[in-house]
Amino acid sequence: MFTYILRRILSSLPVLFGILFVTFALGRLIPGDPCRAILGEKATDVVCDEFIHRHGLDKPIPTQFAIYVFEIAQGDLGSSIRYSKPVTELLVERLPTTLELTICAMAFSILVGIPMGIISAVRHNSALDVITMLLANTGVSMPVFWLGLMLAYLFALVLKDTPLQLPPSGRLSPGLMPMPFYEAWGLTSLSGNGVMEFISRLNLLNSLLIGRLDIFWDALRHMILPAVAVGTIPLALIARMARSSMLDVLGQDYVRTARAKGLPRSRVVLKHALRNALLPLVTIIGLSLGSFLGGAVLTETIFGLSGVGRIMYDAITARDYGVVQSFTVVIAVFFVVLNLIVDVSYIYLDPRVRLE
Amino acid sequence: MSENTPQITQLDAEGLRSQKPVTLWRTAWRRLFKRKSAMLGLIILGVLVLIAVFANVLSPYDPYQVLIGIEDVKMRQAPCIHLLGCPEDQPQHILGLDGNVRDEFSRLLFGSRLSLMIGFTTVGFAIVIGVFLGALSGYLGGWVDTIIMRLMDVLLAFPSLLLAIAIVSILGPGLQNALLAIGIVSIPAYARVTRAAVLSTKQMEFVEASRSLGGGMFYILFGRILPNSLTPLIVQGTLGIATAILDAAALSFLGLGAQPPTPEWGTMLGAERNQVFTAPHLVFFPGLAIMLTVLAFNLLGDGLRDALDPRLAQRGE
Repeated sequence: MFTYILRRILSSLPVLFGILFVTFALGRLIPGDPCRAILGEKATDVVCDEFIHRHGLDKPIPTQFAIYVFEIAQGDLGSSIRYSKPVTELLVERLPTTLELTICAMAFSILVGIPMGIISAVRHNSALDVITMLLANTGVSMPVFWLGLMLAYLFALVLKDTPLQLPPSGRLSPGLMPMPFYEAWGLTSLSGNGVMEFISRLNLLNSLLIGRLDIFWDALRHMILPAVAVGTIPLALIARMARSSMLDVLGQDYVRTARAKGLPRSRVVLKHALRNALLPLVTIIGLSLGSFLGGAVLTETIFGLSGVGRIMYDAITARDYGVVQSFTVVIAVFFVVLNLIVDVSYIYLDPRVRLE
Repeated sequence: MSENTPQITQLDAEGLRSQKPVTLWRTAWRRLFKRKSAMLGLIILGVLVLIAVFANVLSPYDPYQVLIGIEDVKMRQAPCIHLLGCPEDQPQHILGLDGNVRDEFSRLLFGSRLSLMIGFTTVGFAIVIGVFLGALSGYLGGWVDTIIMRLMDVLLAFPSLLLAIAIVSILGPGLQNALLAIGIVSIPAYARVTRAAVLSTKQMEFVEASRSLGGGMFYILFGRILPNSLTPLIVQGTLGIATAILDAAALSFLGLGAQPPTPEWGTMLGAERNQVFTAPHLVFFPGLAIMLTVLAFNLLGDGLRDALDPRLAQRGE
């Protein structure tokens, strides 16, 4: 089992190196003079020379790459030229929003998608099945940004002044400033610690840690629309996969045996069949991670969330090399690690993997 | 006896002639026609192609024409349909007017041309390169295989839309660059599908026969093996068009793809995104058009996957 995990980790190392190479190449291939793109067309040669030297842009390309890999290995992600602060600081500020959005979207798509698929499979070829699958097909075909805008229109304007009204932008209502949990706990010595700062910016978690349910509820209400928008495409994929995988399993002999020995249908479906139908589902959830992250980039701009996607877009238009590169690396590494976790989770779900 | 023989042979021949040979494609077509969802996809697609071909005949206005001063209309005017009670003295605009006082309906019709073009060109580009790389990788094996497939792994390690965004940011915004970026990020899918198909086909007897007859590598690969590995590519390609259209719309929405005033659905939607509360029709209709187009390709792709699956064919479904 440990050799399996180790082998899996080792096999992702070349991919990680490849990611570094691609992001480095992307950053250096941008046409135009980086100095004048950042400091403006009127920057003098003296200013530009000093700028290029300071950021190591005058060294040979292989040296630049070596410096780049070495720095990242040490956890130094460079600094943003535009914001004049280290990228890690920007990450601590912005990543929690994206992480919260991704987790909420995932929860939505899994908690709704799997039951949808199961019901569809159990009631195979019924009207319910046809409608569910039609909805799933429509869901897969919707542009995330359009769905987001339409949800905002529906829940913020059409349903205004009804209990269903939901806020279309931001993370918290104006005026709410939750105290970081470490301050509420009297651990003032921890302020300035990046990890603590990061956790405290996860509004949902932080509000629970300081015991403010009103803030939790407010943060959750703000997350609903973006999470539904981001989660819809993966939800449709999950529902379709859950259906076909469940149909496969339900047709097997051991399920018939379980029914024949008198077990209730619900118990057979939920206990015997679901466990075996889960494996392809875990794979599809892993594969949809890209869709969650891509969706986050598109929806953050719509719902006024200042997350990674938003800053990435701003950085690209401003040619802020450091930020573009580092954020791409972080997202890709995040993606690789999540896929690794998915692979390792097979060990628990499928004993055959353990034996190999 | 000898008198009867020719008669029987003739009858047999007659019977044989009336029965058309059963080929994979014929069965596939028959099964595709039986599937309601695939037919729905095909119908939407057919309508879309007709709209794209006859866009200049169907659209009441020039998609680029600013109507200010020509008609008595306002910016972002709501739809006006005479049949639905809009006063006859007002000019009819089925889907209203956009932020630059252009007829939204005409722009939407012309947008279908771009969307179809985007879908087919990006997938065409990705298929040509992906198939070539995948075929070489599967056929040659060894270090060629390792290098190509590791490269594909790296491309797959990025969320595809983010990589496309990064590529367009380097090449500069614009429809061509957006197409190229989406094409590049879709290459791995085709390379993988082709490699798998080549791997499973290259050990078969007919390939060995070709080789023993002295067939060259390229002849065997592209003349013998690939035609026999087409079905997964057709399915992947159809579904890939759907993804390509969605991604292109997303890039255009972010301002990285087609630039205004091009009547592209994603661009149209992006330009009016802040007006969703005041002029929802300008956001709703372009999005609906994107969704229907993508839905058509998805339904068709799913239908093709089922229709071309030989396991289902054996069960006589």
